[in-house]
Amino acid sequence: MTDHDATTFSYLCIGCPLGCRLEVDEDDHGDIIEIRGSGCRKGDRYAKQEHADPRRNVTTTVAISGGLWPRLPVKTSSEIPKDQVLAACEALRQVRVQAPVKMGDVVVDDLLGTGCSVVATRHMPAIT
Amino acid sequence: MIDDRPHVLHSKYDVVVAGGGPAGLGAAMAARTAGAERVLVVDREAEAGGILLQCIHSGFGLHHLGEELTGPEYAQRILQSALDDGVDVLTNAYLLDIDNDQNLKLLSTDHGLSILDTRATVLAMGARERTRAAIRIPGGRPAGIFTAGAAQRLVNLNGVLPGRRVVILGSGDIGLIMARRLAMEGVEVAGVFELMPHANGLSRNIVQCVHDFDVPLHLSTTVVEIHGRNRIDKVTVAPVDDHLKPILSKAWDVPCDTLLVSVGLIPENELSRELRLRLDPTTSGPIVSSTMETSRDGVFACGNVVHIHDLVDFVSAEAELAGGHAGRFASGIRPPHDNVRLQPGANVAYCVPHTVTTDQPHTVYLRVRKPLEKSMLRLRDSEGAVVHERRLRYVVPAEMVTLKLRPGVLDGFQGDSLLVEVVAR
Amino acid sequence: MPNPLQDVVVIGAGIIGAAIAYELSRYELSITLLEREVEAGFGTSKANSGIIHGGHHTDTETLKGRLEWWGNQLWDPLCEELGFGFARVGELTIALTESDLGSLDHLIDNAEEKDIADVEMWSREQICAAEPQVTRGVIAGVFSPHTAVVNPYEAVFGLVEAAVANAVQFHPNSPVTGLDYSGDTWTVTTPTATLRSRFVINSAGLGAAAIAKIAGVDGFEIRGRKGEEYLLDKRLRHLVRHVIYPCPTPVSKGTLVIPTYDGTIMVGPTAEAVDDLNDTTTTTSGESKVFAEARRLVPSLSERDIIAQFAGTRATIEGDDFMIGPTEAPGFINVAGIQSPGLTAAPAIARYVADILHRNGLEMTDRSHLNRIERPVHFASLTTDAQRDLAAHDRRYRRIVCRCEFVTEGEVCDAIARGATTIDGLKFRTRAGMGRCQGGFCATNCLELLSSELGIKLSDVTKRGPGSWLVLDRPDGTTPGVSAQDPS
Repeated sequence: MTDHDATTFSYLCIGCPLGCRLEVDEDDHGDIIEIRGSGCRKGDRYAKQEHADPRRNVTTTVAISGGLWPRLPVKTSSEIPKDQVLAACEALRQVRVQAPVKMGDVVVDDLLGTGCSVVATRHMPAIT
Repeated sequence: MIDDRPHVLHSKYDVVVAGGGPAGLGAAMAARTAGAERVLVVDREAEAGGILLQCIHSGFGLHHLGEELTGPEYAQRILQSALDDGVDVLTNAYLLDIDNDQNLKLLSTDHGLSILDTRATVLAMGARERTRAAIRIPGGRPAGIFTAGAAQRLVNLNGVLPGRRVVILGSGDIGLIMARRLAMEGVEVAGVFELMPHANGLSRNIVQCVHDFDVPLHLSTTVVEIHGRNRIDKVTVAPVDDHLKPILSKAWDVPCDTLLVSVGLIPENELSRELRLRLDPTTSGPIVSSTMETSRDGVFACGNVVHIHDLVDFVSAEAELAGGHAGRFASGIRPPHDNVRLQPGANVAYCVPHTVTTDQPHTVYLRVRKPLEKSMLRLRDSEGAVVHERRLRYVVPAEMVTLKLRPGVLDGFQGDSLLVEVVAR
Repeated sequence: MPNPLQDVVVIGAGIIGAAIAYELSRYELSITLLEREVEAGFGTSKANSGIIHGGHHTDTETLKGRLEWWGNQLWDPLCEELGFGFARVGELTIALTESDLGSLDHLIDNAEEKDIADVEMWSREQICAAEPQVTRGVIAGVFSPHTAVVNPYEAVFGLVEAAVANAVQFHPNSPVTGLDYSGDTWTVTTPTATLRSRFVINSAGLGAAAIAKIAGVDGFEIRGRKGEEYLLDKRLRHLVRHVIYPCPTPVSKGTLVIPTYDGTIMVGPTAEAVDDLNDTTTTTSGESKVFAEARRLVPSLSERDIIAQFAGTRATIEGDDFMIGPTEAPGFINVAGIQSPGLTAAPAIARYVADILHRNGLEMTDRSHLNRIERPVHFASLTTDAQRDLAAHDRRYRRIVCRCEFVTEGEVCDAIARGATTIDGLKFRTRAGMGRCQGGFCATNCLELLSSELGIKLSDVTKRGPGSWLVLDRPDGTTPGVSAQDPS
């Protein structure tokens, strides 16, 4: 049920490929009254997070020397604030590493002060 | 990528798998589990893993492995498992032909041209992308027109950029993923244009690839002409009417130096055609039984070579089935023949597998033609009587529908074909 | 140092210029072949229908009518010498209405007048038996066994390569900017060279009028007539076995259904006057027209099977005949207005031009020894044993680069060694990228191989020359120097 002071916000869950359509009702104090439409608990969590402080995982590449390919795919170890995604990409464009690298190796320790590290998502053996 | 020992090629195998992506590796492992001794995967690239290696984004494995991985992570996980299971992987290799006695003609960098003998074969060559020519966009033929997947490889593996200002035609997942990828690399994405009134990719990708990066998404709009002599310099786009015909009086030009075409995938069926397998005209892939066997004895198929999946997890599940049966076939074990044909009915484009048995559990994958908010999946017999039904949430063509037929569901069913429909409740 | 005096400079390395250069290379002459594009054949020739016409479609009153049948007869030895794709598949011109029958009679008359044997009138039954896909509405047809299909770009590459093997200098990327005559000698200027020559052959195709103007030769105009062509999926291979012609109209042979040398079915061309000589666009109206006309011949044809479309522009002149001969400028010879059947006539045109040169005072002594070129390997059509042998001694023949057409790395590297410098150049030489995926898979392989074999950056590789760049270096400077696969 929804009382007459509530404002409804719509989100689309990106937690998994199902893409649940979420609705978040907020009262006039900005507190969440109700979350509808999620198929799982993860969806509820996503709705709350997305409503208050949207965050994203970043997957991109950094330069690598001495490997089979010139780019190494990387990801953030956890989500960073959505509005810092482009800055994070920009920062990662300046990074170069040297092969060999193993999947899971930390490439950047603390990305833009988010406390998030950036790790390699594949092995890149050195080419001899 | 993981194993760099010199490869030893045998002349006889129990199972040979064409393609070292998630489908092929999954099938190979399942064949081993089912008791096949010698299982060989041949992959055309320098590294096995398939297209996942260039899909550096996350979203893989949630169903199948219980965690969300990036493409390269998923690829390496299954490659490592396959190697641990004793699967033999040969890269830089290409299966040229299979004759009627299951003699394979193989061309590989390590061994040159070889003829192998195998008991069973699994086709897992994946898919190719539809091109600009396939959708017949008129105009010039300048440089700068790429399929989205080709651009993805250039950006993520070769370390170059396709251009400075990009138009993306088609809202398939690869196109959406590339919109984000290019935006992240500082390339201007002038817009994503989709012919249909709904986006073709997963909903999550509309949010995190298009909305997050303020990329304009134009539905019911398409590219009607390509301009430019040496390099593309603009495209003309136009809205379409209810019959998908462009309304040229409302057309406008979008300056760009690159056009990415993301208008769908087609099963890689060169080999399937060469083998004269029976193909499904809707999927363009081979017609398969509930054991994923094609119209040719001992030739199985799985993954995008059969039909286009939207999640690798479903590919892996299908691969387990195909590989398991290929492994058993190699040991001389054959399950009873299917006795029911599945026929696409109202709002169903296709079903895979094409036949099932009444006494075994089956997972049937199907794709709807049109989106529906609240729908009902029904199986009807030839008289029109409902044999089984299940409520579905909203369905869209971009998202595959999975129907689990548990044992007992078809108990007592006497007919030889079932009509599958997805209709409004 | 000034360049030595040439006997002949040939301007334009399309099928005509290439055939002339090759013909002249049989003699002890110094010859330079200039091409404004990055590779030979990149103008009208690459967009040709690839038909060697039977000779009975033109009458004997025109120059092109006389050169067509002569040219037709010269293709077999040429193919033997150069090894390009060529097959005499024969043709059927079919009548759909009683009023078409007059044109069939006219074709038979032409054949008789030119002494072309074996051109026959076929009944509806004969046609239906030979070509089951041809419309049941056919009432009669003319059959000729002499019509052939050829890969026109392969022919151009072969002619140029063989010419170069016999001392012809070939300069691509060389648009002619100046032509000055003084003291029995022409000075030919390009952005990178200044040449002196006794004779200049203007075989510049669409650019012929512009070249004549630079030479100060008076007045003709090239008018473009565009033709759109549509290639269909390989699964329709052998849909028809002969080239199928409708009964001709005054301006064009009409839309044909062509079983190309590689087996792919091609339908086209259109014939549309265009103002812009560089217009090679395909159009929705062109496509509709081609398929509407082609379906009258072969009803099962469908637009859904298109895998590629392209267009080329025929260089026509007033009167629609070829214009070949000396001009008021001494030593400047026009070979202009070479529209259909220009490809068919090309080897005859080359001999005709050689004769003109001879009659205008060029001494022509047979070369004592002619160098032959090696036929390019076509891996997919070799026997299994031959494939095994080749792969055993050369590792590059162990890797498939283009999966639609089964092209190996060895064939691609060989094409680069023979002069391919662009993606299109590779495509026309090896078929890599011509199949149903249209380069979706192999373009990156070809890009990587052009980069590593030529020692240039990926971003310096082009589709077909300056301006047609394919990829950009990353602005952050992290794009590798030469090849992606080469970490050095």
